[in-house]
Amino acid sequence: MPGYLYTLLIPLLPLAVFLVLGLFGRKKMDAAAGIIGSVVLLTAAILAIITAYNYFNTAKVNQVYQEIIACKYTWLQFSPHVSIDMGILLDPISVLMLVVVTFISLMVHVFSLGYMKGEGRLAAYYAFLSLFTFSMLGLVLSSNIFQLYIFWELVGLSSYLLIGFYFDKPSAVAASKKAFIVTRFADLGFLIGILILALNAETLDFRILIERLTNTQSSWALAITGASFMGFSALTWGLVLVFAGGAGKSAMFPLHIWLPDAMEGPTPVSALIHAATMVVAGVYLVARLFPVFVMDGMALNIVAYTGAFSALFAAVIACTQTDIKRVLAYSTMSQIGYMMFALGVSKYGGEAGLGYMASMFHLFTHAFFKSLLFLGAGAVIHMVHSNEIKGMGGLRKLMPVTHISFLVACLAIAGIPPFAGFFSKEEILTAAFRANKFIYSIGLLVSGLTAFYMFRLYFSIFWGKEAAVHGSHGEGTATMRLPLVILTAGTLLAGFVPFSNYVSSDSIPFATSVDWIFSIAPVALAALAILLAANLYKKENDKPQKIASLLGGLYQSAYRKFYIDEIYVFITKKIIFNGIGRPAAWIDKNMVDGLMNGMASVTAEAAAFIKGIQSGKIQSYTLYFFGGIACLAVMVIYLWK
Amino acid sequence: MTGIPLSHILIVSTGLFFIGMYGLFTRRNMITMLMAIELILNSVNINFIAFNKYLYPEKLDGIFFTIFIITIAAAEAAVAIAIIINLYRNHHSIDAEDAGEMKF
Repeated sequence: MPGYLYTLLIPLLPLAVFLVLGLFGRKKMDAAAGIIGSVVLLTAAILAIITAYNYFNTAKVNQVYQEIIACKYTWLQFSPHVSIDMGILLDPISVLMLVVVTFISLMVHVFSLGYMKGEGRLAAYYAFLSLFTFSMLGLVLSSNIFQLYIFWELVGLSSYLLIGFYFDKPSAVAASKKAFIVTRFADLGFLIGILILALNAETLDFRILIERLTNTQSSWALAITGASFMGFSALTWGLVLVFAGGAGKSAMFPLHIWLPDAMEGPTPVSALIHAATMVVAGVYLVARLFPVFVMDGMALNIVAYTGAFSALFAAVIACTQTDIKRVLAYSTMSQIGYMMFALGVSKYGGEAGLGYMASMFHLFTHAFFKSLLFLGAGAVIHMVHSNEIKGMGGLRKLMPVTHISFLVACLAIAGIPPFAGFFSKEEILTAAFRANKFIYSIGLLVSGLTAFYMFRLYFSIFWGKEAAVHGSHGEGTATMRLPLVILTAGTLLAGFVPFSNYVSSDSIPFATSVDWIFSIAPVALAALAILLAANLYKKENDKPQKIASLLGGLYQSAYRKFYIDEIYVFITKKIIFNGIGRPAAWIDKNMVDGLMNGMASVTAEAAAFIKGIQSGKIQSYTLYFFGGIACLAVMVIYLWK
Repeated sequence: MTGIPLSHILIVSTGLFFIGMYGLFTRRNMITMLMAIELILNSVNINFIAFNKYLYPEKLDGIFFTIFIITIAAAEAAVAIAIIINLYRNHHSIDAEDAGEMKF
């Protein structure tokens, strides 16, 4: 088995870039920052691919991919048995994520070279991107649940910094704060979940934690399933709270509200963080703890139904939005919903673990086509200087490369063979079909909706009435087109990866094949949806408005995102602020402060009274003195005996 | 020395004491107040000497106390006059009423 110590370099290289650009890059390195970042990330990506190659070729022992701890360092020792370690854990899913994160991050770095040209603070931009890449790599490589939590927060921080990159725009500032607060709120659940699991398993190490909790006869597993709170076992509580953290990061209903607003950040950032990598951290977390999740049907059901509902909910909203990036954001949420419910319907081991494998497969293919979509959208925005699809149209002649790549990505996300999305989506639907027909029907419906809204977007941008495009800088620089081409190739090829040979719930490879009969329904539905979208949006007409007015309230509420934001505002501003905040403030101001002020004023009053005696007249002091002496003398003489 | 009873001496010292007290209460000039204090101290000295002489003639404790008090009174006079001089430099007055701003 070769040594894997060099994998340590993969996260540390972006960290070094962050430190160099962050500390010294402020003034002088704006021009060079992008080059430095890209070159270093290219190195990291190559290292990641080497790691993957080595791992998948050599780490198989008796048909099982072994978990490898590449390095480990005890960072904080709580007790002889419980410690926070900083380590690198290599197993199929972490190696997979390693490749995805470095590759997509590299593409985004290269794209940004063209897209961000002429913007200020480029050194800071690339420093933040590097910080994000470092934290995301640290997250996926974590060998310890607390290490994962640390990097989880770092990822949230870098996401905050990047969403708020245009800090002079109030909406961007509000969006970054919203993203941070919502995910932070979810992370509170995550932390409590970690504590519940770690308290019962008496370890923070993933491998030992899973080993102890999955062995149903062990004292740890008995303890955690035996303890119960409000009718559910401690295991269920721990897992559901951990999932709450994951749902916050992965924008699952009802914690999704930050994701559409996060689109205020620069578009390449959205491609990297809010499409391909950070938002799937929640899926990754559930996959990482999957053997434990499988033990608890309740928690797994929550994962499945949250995922399925989010998928449907987001797809419906995506059909009505008019901001290109918001459509993509809701589509991301919907696709992550797919990954979640695939995990939720999965079982452990072999063929039954199809959902797990399908989820990871979809994560892999989704990273390609969704970052492609975002980068394509970035190219379009760069061209027309607007996010509104109403201002676009007829761009296919002006932007041939973007047009083709966007079309490929749309076909992929719609699940048309032979593009990447088809294969992973088929696996997910198959897994859902075997486990839960209700979730399968939602999945099927969502795949039709997905095809519809993606092609609504596609036809609105590239067909229809030609937009008045001013300026003639063409399609953007070569550095913007190159990532599009590479990602298009990735989108075409990623589906043919024999994924189940590499990733499965128990790390034992198994064979899958495409069942063409089964595929007829979703593909036909998607094709129908595409035709419908073509009919409605290919040429300028009034049919969409008619349908919208026909649907009336439903359309309006979907357009207003089902008033979730308003509900949140109502709950926080009206109920929490008025019901809890104001009474607490009143108690603080009147009772706590009042007690202190009361004590102080009693002292002050007493002092004011006493100091009146000190008149400053020496004669009166002398009088008191001699009067006192005289009294004492009388007392001594007459009362002594 | 015989023939003068103890009570006569005590009457002298009591008179001296109340003259001092009267001076202390009625005068505002600090020098005068200092002199009044000296009178009070000296009346005490006379008492010590008289009791020593009449009650325990073989001992010297009262005399020692008297010498102590004279020494302390000299030191005290030096300090008090220094204070008075400083007060005069600041206030151009040695009236005790004028130095009331240090009361609290």
